[in-house]
Amino acid sequence: MARTTLKVNGKAHEVDADPECPLLYVLRDDLAMNNPRFGCGLGQCGACTVLLDGNAVRSCRLPIRSIGSKEVITLEGLSTDQSIDPVQQAFIEEQAFQCGYCLNGWVMTAKALLEKNPHPTEAEMRRSFESLVCRCGSHVGIFNAVRRAAESTKRSA
Amino acid sequence: MAPKTALSRREFVQTAGGLLIGFSLADASILPRVFAAALGDTVQTPSPARLDAWMRIEKDGAIRVFTGKVEIGMGVETGFAQIVAEELNVAPGRVSFVMGDTSLTTDQGGVGGSTSIMMGAKPLRNVAATAHALLLQLASQKLGAPVEDLQVRDGIVSVRSDRSKRVSYGELAGDGDLNDALQVSGRGFGLNVEGTGKPKDPADYTVVGKPLPRVDMAPKILGKWQYVTDVRVPGMLHGRVVRPESAGAKFVSVDEESVKAIPGYVKTVVNGNFVGVVAETEWAAMRSAQMLKVTWSAAEPTFPPQGTIYDYMRTATPKASRDSKLNKGDADGAIASAAKKVEATYDWPFQSHATMGPGCAVADVHTDGVTTIWSGGQKPHALQQGFAELLHVSPDKVRVIWVEDAGSYGRPGFEDAAADAVLLSQAVGKPVRVQWSRADMTAWGAKGPAVVCDLAAGLDANGEVTAMRFTSHAFSGSEINPLPSTAGNFLGGQLTGVPNTSGFDEFAQWGSECAAYTFPNVHADGHVVPGFLASSSPMRTTHLRDPEGPATTFAAESFIDELAAAAGADPIDFRMKYLDDDRMKTALTKAAEQYGWKKRPSPQKTTAEVSVGRGVAVGLRGGTRVATIAEVEVNRSTGIVRVKRLVCAHDCGLIVNPGALRGTVAANLIQSLGRSLKEEVTFDQSHVTSVDWNSYQVARASDVPERVEVILIDHPEIAPSGAGEPSSRPTAAAINNAIFDATGARVRQGPLTRARVQQAIAALHSA
Repeated sequence: MARTTLKVNGKAHEVDADPECPLLYVLRDDLAMNNPRFGCGLGQCGACTVLLDGNAVRSCRLPIRSIGSKEVITLEGLSTDQSIDPVQQAFIEEQAFQCGYCLNGWVMTAKALLEKNPHPTEAEMRRSFESLVCRCGSHVGIFNAVRRAAESTKRSA
Repeated sequence: MAPKTALSRREFVQTAGGLLIGFSLADASILPRVFAAALGDTVQTPSPARLDAWMRIEKDGAIRVFTGKVEIGMGVETGFAQIVAEELNVAPGRVSFVMGDTSLTTDQGGVGGSTSIMMGAKPLRNVAATAHALLLQLASQKLGAPVEDLQVRDGIVSVRSDRSKRVSYGELAGDGDLNDALQVSGRGFGLNVEGTGKPKDPADYTVVGKPLPRVDMAPKILGKWQYVTDVRVPGMLHGRVVRPESAGAKFVSVDEESVKAIPGYVKTVVNGNFVGVVAETEWAAMRSAQMLKVTWSAAEPTFPPQGTIYDYMRTATPKASRDSKLNKGDADGAIASAAKKVEATYDWPFQSHATMGPGCAVADVHTDGVTTIWSGGQKPHALQQGFAELLHVSPDKVRVIWVEDAGSYGRPGFEDAAADAVLLSQAVGKPVRVQWSRADMTAWGAKGPAVVCDLAAGLDANGEVTAMRFTSHAFSGSEINPLPSTAGNFLGGQLTGVPNTSGFDEFAQWGSECAAYTFPNVHADGHVVPGFLASSSPMRTTHLRDPEGPATTFAAESFIDELAAAAGADPIDFRMKYLDDDRMKTALTKAAEQYGWKKRPSPQKTTAEVSVGRGVAVGLRGGTRVATIAEVEVNRSTGIVRVKRLVCAHDCGLIVNPGALRGTVAANLIQSLGRSLKEEVTFDQSHVTSVDWNSYQVARASDVPERVEVILIDHPEIAPSGAGEPSSRPTAAAINNAIFDATGARVRQGPLTRARVQQAIAALHSA
């Protein structure tokens, strides 16, 4: 065990954990940030996705020793009480999911995608989602939400 | 150990109840769902014969409903809120639910079989109607006006002629508990109650039928929701299980030294063939489970080689056999003398629930047997019985608190994960959270049964069908009873040596797992194939979304298409001729209109390298009619199939919430598309080799059609039937029939992989 400082959602958190422990378990079990979810622990489904310096990464395979000063953003860190993140807003408006267990991966991946590429083509969107799993099959709503989010930035631009 | 504080249901409501608030539908405001965690002692499941077992009205006008039904991701809670709000004349946002807590809610059998709205909502509607009638009587006394002169708007009762005379539900119910005796009938899914209030005429509905946003959706997307994976209780340890090295392997020994050095390691638990580890942190539990050296008896061949599984199913002595109730005439004779005879065999593989969350539960077993379990299993009251048997205590010592888990699609193993937590907590005397690994779910979770169907039909010289012969051989859909009310139902129970005694024979049947057509002669029979291992099999079978429906409908609706082709008829015209159900015909017509279906026989005449085809299939389940049309693009050389479009017309009677229903049907289409094209549990003779998302492939983004169109047919005059499963039925056959239309090649084994399509196309050329 070792003391490590992690910057999560704009705040520094000191944790006492095995440096080899993947970020997912530290976020969930030490910091009670539950939205990064355990789906496989193998990097195959994306339910554990977080933003690391703006990139969507799988926290289930990411030892905390490798994070250093990089900034972690989780789903709970996207919106504030005052303002709802437009990507989340689009997913809400589309009522995009069924059980929602996987939604963390889709919303965080969509967020990273749209930050870098505000108006992705259909193929670009699907490509960035190909490594995610939604077992319920909510893809139609998810794709519509991404289109809606992209459209909303077009309008405001 | 000091006894836990006993909290009655009433005290619970008064003390913690205020925290159990749902979400306002109006503003989707974001309050976390707070668990009844560590509430204390268990109490008896409430009797359904009293109104206050179902509903409580708070002074502020909040309506709290207690139901044994649970939410499994399709939005049923929102539908319930609309139904209750409708009868009470309140805004749906005032209605919140306590679901699936064995100490707080009546036993409605949990959820399953697409029955939650069809059957489970009835007592809620009747209770709300009765509460409405009682409140009006109270208001009548209070306001000094006859009931007929009263009106209600969002929980405020006023006198029609003098609106200044008014009183709120909260004020009325605050005068004393709203209560009344109710007439109880049925049990389980069929539990119903009736009181003095008469439910509204559906023609007067103003809230039911509206596409209200789901109460859970905004909080989930904003990260303010809690799943069972997020339950943490004081003093909780983390557990993982270590399953036998091969199917049927016996525990020989364990070397605890292999894990003692792991920081946070607590204990290895061995009970028969059940092995698990407990640690202070999840990471330590994971590492301990990975590194624990366990010696098991040598692997033995338990399953037939996968390549021979369907031969095995057809030739194994059936465990049980049943003739269809729809049999009539002399099918064999009619087929023997037919001008044209068509025969085909269809195979459907084992499939896995492969839930998104692999399975998680928290159990707190005290030394006196008093136990609390947090689980996302679909049937909390049955779990209570099962855990009581596992612990050898009376059920009233066991409290199961349902907390939402990932979509379950049947009996995936959330139940087994909870039993594992019970066994580990019992062994260490502390609360234990068990988190299954991906392989614990995909490889060791129960499976949807493999099904084979052999069909034959006779056609006369005019292409009229004279007879149908249908024979199925299927592993039982209930080798593991979907109702987990016995210790032997659980994998953990079986591993500790408890036999599985509650399973039963469930068949793949003509006419119930597929739509029945009105042919003059029909002979259908079904046979159940015995399971491979009496206990602890990773191939044990149970309910997976619409248990035998997708498999049987794949066979039957593909075969009907073969008959249409043999008769040279358009596939929709051909079906119309032999369907006698007007609602099904309407669904078929609406799907065809939406698609822009041009009448012609299949296959189309083309030899293009990349061909486009369309296919249709229907499904009938529990009163719900579904017609699905698929359009596919097939590459003849590579065998690659791309589904371009899915059109689904869906009639489940009265629609409670068209928005939520549309979402559920669309998701069912994509899930079943994955099952049609990709999903197949693989195994060698001693192991399930589908262990993760690579070795068990499901639909991914690239598989999703460009267009998915859902047509909802509303029948306010017809009581609602189910929607959780029916639309998963026809997808495979619709896609298969479209492949045939595009290429002339008929695939008769699921899933419709590239290799199978290639093979079918190759067979066309060699024929």
